[in-house]
Amino acid sequence: MSIQTREAQERLVLHTDVLIIGGGMSGAWAAIAARQAGAEVILVDKGYCGTSGVTATAGPTHWWVAPEQREAAVDARAVPTLGLADKSWMHRILAETWQQLPTLAPWYDFARNEQGQPIYAALRGPEYMRALRQRMLASGVRILDHSPALELLVRADGSVGGARGWQIRQQREWLIRSAGVILATGGCAFKSHLLGSGNNTGDGLLMAAEVDADLSGMEFSNAYCVAQGQTTMTRAMIYAFATYYDASGREIAPVREADPSVRTFDLATALLEGPVYCSLHRVPEDIRRQLAEISPNVPLLFNRARLDPYQQRFEVSLRAEGTIRGTGGLRIINEFCQTLVAGLYAIGDTATRELVAGANTGGGAVNAAWALSSGVWAGQALAQQALSQGRRLHETADGAGQVGLGSQTAAKNSGLSARLVAQVRDEMLPFDKNFFRTEVGLNQSLDRLETAWQEARQQLTGQGAEQVKAREAAALIASARWCYRSALARPESRGLHYRQDIPDSSEAYQYRLNTGGLDQLWVRPEPAAGVPA
Amino acid sequence: MIEVVIRNRCTGCQKCLEVCPAQVFELGVDGLSSIARQQDCQSCYMCELYCTSDALYVSPNCEQPEGIDEQTAEASGTLGYYRRYSGWDEWAGQHPNRHWVMGSVFQRAKVLLGPTKNELEKH
Repeated sequence: MSIQTREAQERLVLHTDVLIIGGGMSGAWAAIAARQAGAEVILVDKGYCGTSGVTATAGPTHWWVAPEQREAAVDARAVPTLGLADKSWMHRILAETWQQLPTLAPWYDFARNEQGQPIYAALRGPEYMRALRQRMLASGVRILDHSPALELLVRADGSVGGARGWQIRQQREWLIRSAGVILATGGCAFKSHLLGSGNNTGDGLLMAAEVDADLSGMEFSNAYCVAQGQTTMTRAMIYAFATYYDASGREIAPVREADPSVRTFDLATALLEGPVYCSLHRVPEDIRRQLAEISPNVPLLFNRARLDPYQQRFEVSLRAEGTIRGTGGLRIINEFCQTLVAGLYAIGDTATRELVAGANTGGGAVNAAWALSSGVWAGQALAQQALSQGRRLHETADGAGQVGLGSQTAAKNSGLSARLVAQVRDEMLPFDKNFFRTEVGLNQSLDRLETAWQEARQQLTGQGAEQVKAREAAALIASARWCYRSALARPESRGLHYRQDIPDSSEAYQYRLNTGGLDQLWVRPEPAAGVPA
Repeated sequence: MIEVVIRNRCTGCQKCLEVCPAQVFELGVDGLSSIARQQDCQSCYMCELYCTSDALYVSPNCEQPEGIDEQTAEASGTLGYYRRYSGWDEWAGQHPNRHWVMGSVFQRAKVLLGPTKNELEKH
């Protein structure tokens, strides 16, 4: 049925124990855990739970270490966190992942090694999300696809008791009352064309801030990933063998780094000067032959571009990964991944990953183990809360959204949302603004983002699908402001956060930065013992 | 970006309407899938993976449409490639999911390319 022509219908009103907003891997694990704990669960997704988000299009390798090797693994992995992670949380995600991942065996066909032992750590994204969806449906989770959330519902005591949103296909509002809400909306990639990140616009961060939750680690929001030029294909394994050249044919980044992510500094520098070309001639023959069965979407794009990447040099770019491969997100105040707000939990990339990744990317393994584990903990905790305290349906719960929710149909609004999104992209994607940060540049960006925020505040409205876009625009601006305000408050370089004007780290700043606020932003150091382990 | 629905392949099953995370498709008056919001396409290729009739073509360029028509899409010889090499649905068992070897590939790259700058500095 047509989205445009169908008449708007009466709104869908439901109640449940646990409401999960976002159907990527962390939301799915939360739903499964909450059902296992005996709760009734509804999961809503902006797109389709199974294809939405950065897990579905990629393939996470979970941090996976046998118990007897964990002490050493955690010690080694703590080094690049540069003093901002917490080893007890790193142990917790290793233990939880070890316990949970094998339970997916009935739904996911795990490969086996030569000894016949299943290999659990690495799952291909589409198959992983399909397995999680099938498992959720089998356990009785109700999934609403194409049903973005617009705002949280808050009770008189400040606790969260549901959410309101829009069903795009049915063209009707949804309103769900629940004991509490788990935010699993993913990180924010600022519409960078990072593979699978189109729906990851920081919606959960905005909704949470509107009920006074706070954030942490937002300065660590500037990871970039190499991709074939003009494409979204950030599946980067094959680039471990890459050689890069500038337009004159001079080799760039001759530093021999196997990990593609650590070469991004040199690539970003070169891309500021002009186009960069890649050759994959050093990829061994047998890996070339296997590539289609490792990451089938990678050779698909080479073929479509009529490119033999092993013989021809081709243009590459870097796609911003925002807070997805960065570590910033909603601050967690206890071991159940609750935010500062009662009844509101944050998991996966919606939550800060500083606890396990510190100042550096948790990409590749740690973030996946975190997404699974945080989902399980929040799912169990909210289920417990629902079963012990009930859904509290007799209490009123009002929409807490503050920006972009005016309902008048403004003909120019769709243009306004798009224009604001373009402005955010202009501030958050360029290497000279976000990769190589300076005090002057950050202040200039913040001034422009402030103007954009005021415009959003005063003029952003819409109905139905237009309102969804208006909220995305508002969330993108809000997320960008938290990133740069935090970056300004860290006058040093540490991990992902690189200040071109202050390239060294300082012992004095070995603490986490918390941030929050909508109109009046604030940033402050987190007290040393702020997070109980 | 999604370019074209190959009409003599599309069966009108509406799977692409269901799985597209950006609601790009609508059912056309002819009962076949049609591209209603091309600019919203996220170039995630999920529609191709789920399309049982290999009727969809997403171009590598995610930034702007390239004007690929049905003939060009067919002639590319790449329709259904993603699905086939994923061993998806009817292809199950024919192409094993080798995603799990990724860790060892990174290890080989490390060996091939030698020690990193950091490792060299340490020694």
